[in-house]
Amino acid sequence: MALLEVNNLKKYFPIKKGILSRTVGQVQAVDGVSFTLKKGETLGLVGESGCGKTTVGRSILRLIEPTSGQVTFNGQNLLRLEREELRKVRASLQIIFQDPFSSLDPRMNVGQIIAEPIRNHLKISKSEMRNQVAYLMERVGLHPEQMSRYPHEFSGGQRQRIGIARALALNPLAVICDEPVSALDVSIQAQVINLLAQLQEQMNLSYLFIAHDLSIVEHISDRVAVMYLGRIVELATDRELYQNPMHPYTQALLSAVPIPDPEIRKKKILLQGDVPSPINPPSGCAFHTRCPERKEICSREEPIFQNIGADHWVACHLM
Amino acid sequence: MTQQHPRLREFKFTLYRIFRNPSAIIGFSLLFIFAGVALFAPQIAPPKYPHNPYLMPHKGFSPTPKPPSQTNIFGTTSGQYDIFYGVVWGTRTAFKIGMFVVGIAAFVGVTLGAVSGYLGGIVDEALMRITDVIWAIPTLVLAMAIIVAFGRGLDKVMIALALVGWRWYVRVIRSEILTLRDQDFVQAAKIMGVSDLKIILRHILPNAIYPVLIMASMDMGSMVITASFLSFVGLGAPKGYADWGQMVALARNYIVGPPGDPLKFWYAIVIPGGCIVLFVLAWNLIGDALRDAFDPKLRRR
Repeated sequence: MALLEVNNLKKYFPIKKGILSRTVGQVQAVDGVSFTLKKGETLGLVGESGCGKTTVGRSILRLIEPTSGQVTFNGQNLLRLEREELRKVRASLQIIFQDPFSSLDPRMNVGQIIAEPIRNHLKISKSEMRNQVAYLMERVGLHPEQMSRYPHEFSGGQRQRIGIARALALNPLAVICDEPVSALDVSIQAQVINLLAQLQEQMNLSYLFIAHDLSIVEHISDRVAVMYLGRIVELATDRELYQNPMHPYTQALLSAVPIPDPEIRKKKILLQGDVPSPINPPSGCAFHTRCPERKEICSREEPIFQNIGADHWVACHLM
Repeated sequence: MTQQHPRLREFKFTLYRIFRNPSAIIGFSLLFIFAGVALFAPQIAPPKYPHNPYLMPHKGFSPTPKPPSQTNIFGTTSGQYDIFYGVVWGTRTAFKIGMFVVGIAAFVGVTLGAVSGYLGGIVDEALMRITDVIWAIPTLVLAMAIIVAFGRGLDKVMIALALVGWRWYVRVIRSEILTLRDQDFVQAAKIMGVSDLKIILRHILPNAIYPVLIMASMDMGSMVITASFLSFVGLGAPKGYADWGQMVALARNYIVGPPGDPLKFWYAIVIPGGCIVLFVLAWNLIGDALRDAFDPKLRRR
């Protein structure tokens, strides 16, 4: 059974104008996203900036209240929960933020930051808390002696480790990683990714790994979902997606990944034009305005997201 | 070398930044002197009426101020009130007004602003529209209206100023909170299961309070000026009460001396007036210094 099941999740942000705050339109940030996340699995979620990846992550946790849809986590429908129930569920569904600078309170020291989730959910003594925090810090590769230091005294990579320790403090089942390494230097990215992979193995965690860097997602994910303009256009296992991309958008994305070998000449698919506005998305297939292989049907009918075999799902009329 | 606690280190750094600034040194020295005078008022100028020390002693009722002499070292003002005594006990009055008014105004303002900014929606809309309505009335007019409704007296002046003063703080703290509310560390606290009240108290206010501290120190001065003005126009302290504004008011007919000697009664105006100026200056310099010390952009090289 799936640990996390997202069904037809939608988030429309209203656009308000005038003194009476009339709603004059909607930004369709997430428009019918469905996927499942199994126990111990990593699902990569990739797409361009502004395609709705982050909104998906935050809607699942109800940091942003979704417009409609269903999110089932560990047998409970998160969107129906009351405050107090939601608080309890969030102990086992955590998040790691993209920006390690704004995600830590600058006026709290590292010990207080990591202890905060524990203090709110468990009643344990001060010395026990200290031990627990020290253990967590060691686990993510920080020195427990630095417990009384403040976030600004750490580098970006170390700060991200603090964020990871905080997210793992309550032994969660799943963690939403919202571009956890895109704010870091390349050399640090690898360290943090490897730490995440190692922790996953030790604690049997599930990750929803949101990123825009395809090579990082390939490294850590079991399955990958590609998003375009608020929708998932292709979802397949890691190997299948990278070796046999079916959707023209996925093909274009993959052709843009640089290969560190000057001898190989790749055929690059260059997409024309900009991403259409999510306020007024194109009719039919949202990608048809930029698709190199579009047909007449693409602008008329929305393609169905279907399984084309071997757990490879694609939303395209060409299949 | 022993490792210092980081919070202590930060605090020392802040102090170092404040006291590197010459205007801060002047401001704090002035404040130190005023505080000393206020604290030791009974020793510096022993009260003649111990049950009501704020009442200035006077010998006679002559309206003409008398110049400094052996018995009255700063001279006497109109009504023969001793200026030295008035200035010393007036310092206490000034601190009382400043701390009471700013304390109440900042507390009310910060509470309303925090609730309004954090909750948003209908609550925010309602609170801010009420604040807007109060903003539409000029400070002095509003304060005078409240005093007239409550009756005269220094306590009424303080209440009136506190009722007027909170509106600045509401807007400042609300705008700070609006920027902090959507920061990731506040979102993280929500995910960690921290209650709304704790988020405001532990995460948002500590990060939003500095502009309020700076404003409060500036306000200490301006509230004392406003209270002095209200005393000057006769709405504040009762006659003979040791209050700088009232002392200037007593001497208002003697600002310009008789023909041929226009500066004859300078002491009746300059001494209490100068106290007001220096008191306000002290708080403003401190406010400036705090701003320089807390500004995160200027804080570290």
